[in-house]
Amino acid sequence: MTLPFAIIAGLTVGSAIAAMSLRNMVHCALSLVLTFAGLAGLYLQLNAEFVGFTQILVYVGAVSILIVFAILLTRSTDPKDEPATVTPWVGIAVAVAAFLTMALAVVASPVGKRVAAPAPEVSVKTLGQKLMTDYVLPLEVMALLLTAAMLGAVIIAMKDKEGQR
Amino acid sequence: MAEFFQAIDQFPVTLKAWLMGHASGVLPEWALPLVSAALSITPILAVFPLLFALTTVIERKGLGRIQNRIGPNRVGIPLTNIRLAGFGQFIADGIKSLTKEDVVPHVADKVVHFLAPITLLIPVLLTYSVLPFGKNMVPLDLPQTGLLFFFALGASTELSVFMAGWSSRNKYSLLGAMRAIAQMVSYEIPLILSSLTVVMMAGTLSLAGIVESQADVRFGFLHGWHLFTPWGFVGFCLFLTAAAAEANRTPFDLPEAESEIIAGYFTEYSGFKFAIFFLAEYLGLFAMCGLGITLFLGGWLPPFKFLGFIPSWCWFLGKLVALILLFIWLRGTLPRLRTDQLMGFAWKFLLPMTLINLVVAALWHLSGGSVPLVVRWVVGFALLAVPYWLLGRGFEAKVGKREYRFAN
Amino acid sequence: MTPLSGYLLVSALLFCIGLAGALTRRNAIMVLIGIELMLNAANLNFIAFWRFSETPETQTGLMFALFSIAIAAAEAAVGLALIITIYRHFKTSNVDKVEELKG
Repeated sequence: MTLPFAIIAGLTVGSAIAAMSLRNMVHCALSLVLTFAGLAGLYLQLNAEFVGFTQILVYVGAVSILIVFAILLTRSTDPKDEPATVTPWVGIAVAVAAFLTMALAVVASPVGKRVAAPAPEVSVKTLGQKLMTDYVLPLEVMALLLTAAMLGAVIIAMKDKEGQR
Repeated sequence: MAEFFQAIDQFPVTLKAWLMGHASGVLPEWALPLVSAALSITPILAVFPLLFALTTVIERKGLGRIQNRIGPNRVGIPLTNIRLAGFGQFIADGIKSLTKEDVVPHVADKVVHFLAPITLLIPVLLTYSVLPFGKNMVPLDLPQTGLLFFFALGASTELSVFMAGWSSRNKYSLLGAMRAIAQMVSYEIPLILSSLTVVMMAGTLSLAGIVESQADVRFGFLHGWHLFTPWGFVGFCLFLTAAAAEANRTPFDLPEAESEIIAGYFTEYSGFKFAIFFLAEYLGLFAMCGLGITLFLGGWLPPFKFLGFIPSWCWFLGKLVALILLFIWLRGTLPRLRTDQLMGFAWKFLLPMTLINLVVAALWHLSGGSVPLVVRWVVGFALLAVPYWLLGRGFEAKVGKREYRFAN
Repeated sequence: MTPLSGYLLVSALLFCIGLAGALTRRNAIMVLIGIELMLNAANLNFIAFWRFSETPETQTGLMFALFSIAIAAAEAAVGLALIITIYRHFKTSNVDKVEELKG
């Protein structure tokens, strides 16, 4: 448990808890951004530089903006009087049970004690070559998916021309 | 003689090596990377805010001359009568910003309001760490992901724009923030796609590597800048346009123009926080210019090989100053674009042009050995000029014949 | 270097925090934020296993994480468009109040 890992992991988990429990939705979104940044730090620690910077570019730069725009467009910024959750205890109990199961599995298995090999030589060139040879089908499907999602989001969120129904 | 110029060229590197040699004898082991990083950062922190200060004065004087008036010309050295043609204006502005009262609206969200300028300044300063300022002078050389680091941090600046606009609890700030974010997100795509062309041709994402790939000499004296190719030239123009829009400069400064929305998302900021926003905006512009220089103008390389005795960082600074003057010139000359015109321009013109640019660059590379240079240039230019003309026609078609209506 | 179990525990913790948020919060956008957290936790799992594997040069974990990031972005876009449209129709973004098909 090295010190940089402890700091970044603590920051990530703390801001994730804040993102799920704050009352003000915009504060939740901003703590989510901090969580994403902390995760990018963890990826950089694991020598996955490309994925780390892509995480910042996509999540912090685009998905957070989407979430924030949606919060604004659905007027969720006004403070409401109702409590944020009705019966939180069931959900929290389920989550705690899930975590205990997973933690038990991690601690008990021999996989968790693996020692790290020296840092792998990852080059973006081989990543690109693999994308074009081994993974070309997922790449094309992803292109189709992103196009469909973009068109779908535009059509779904478009205002009707003849007024609200 | 050559060693003398070489020594001047590399003096920051030798200075840092000398200081690190002394420090390693004195300091413990864990402090050495921190000292090394601090030594790399100090010139950046010294030079670029000074460049920002001088740019504000030169911009005001330049804009004044373009608009047929004299800019500031009285403030020289403070507390004296020496005028210095107005170049002490930045000292006066700095003192004014620092001593103004910091007014925070009563209903503003204080934590977010405080964090927004810092969230803008830090990523912008971080982007300077991957730019190659001279030969062997990259503060942080990321051999696999240098350019991606730059764009990731550029994308993070949008969040602080939103934080500033929302925390002020001001309808106009929020509106300005929304427009600014929409503009920045839309123009990121032509920016990244035009840089992608360079990455494809250079074969690396490392910025130092991209500069190295422009070092080949053609015709015996001309360095192979990417600007001297059809796709590089068009790519540079597209990159500059997208960079102006990313930095909210005229003609794309609708989100923060005084005649439009007072000051957009930083209306409710005064004093030091406003100074930080101002500084961060200009530093962002310089970083974008620096990236454009690295990608297209050959970074620290001279245009002609026989001019190589001038130090490399001098070339970088010279090109940066030339681009800044170009942006000041554009600001004084072009009118502002409306928001819908702006967005249409990005999505319907710049995006198709960058994609066609990518195809032309690929054709240029594939016809490298076999086809003579003139044919490549002509074909490349034709393939780029025809869509440019056609897409431009698509925009012009809306302006019909002018109708005159008279009151009866 | 931290052993693999450290990263797996952090990933499990993030997953369960996201799960708790998605199960308990009533605002539709908060549920979506919880789902994004869960996706990110799974990504961390993939990258951690890739790093500690015997053959990191096949880069399978990196590929999976990259595709997962792209899919999550597409899903967030469509999900948020849906939430905006539901808000326009029902005038609320509370998931408990959108119950016309109930009973």
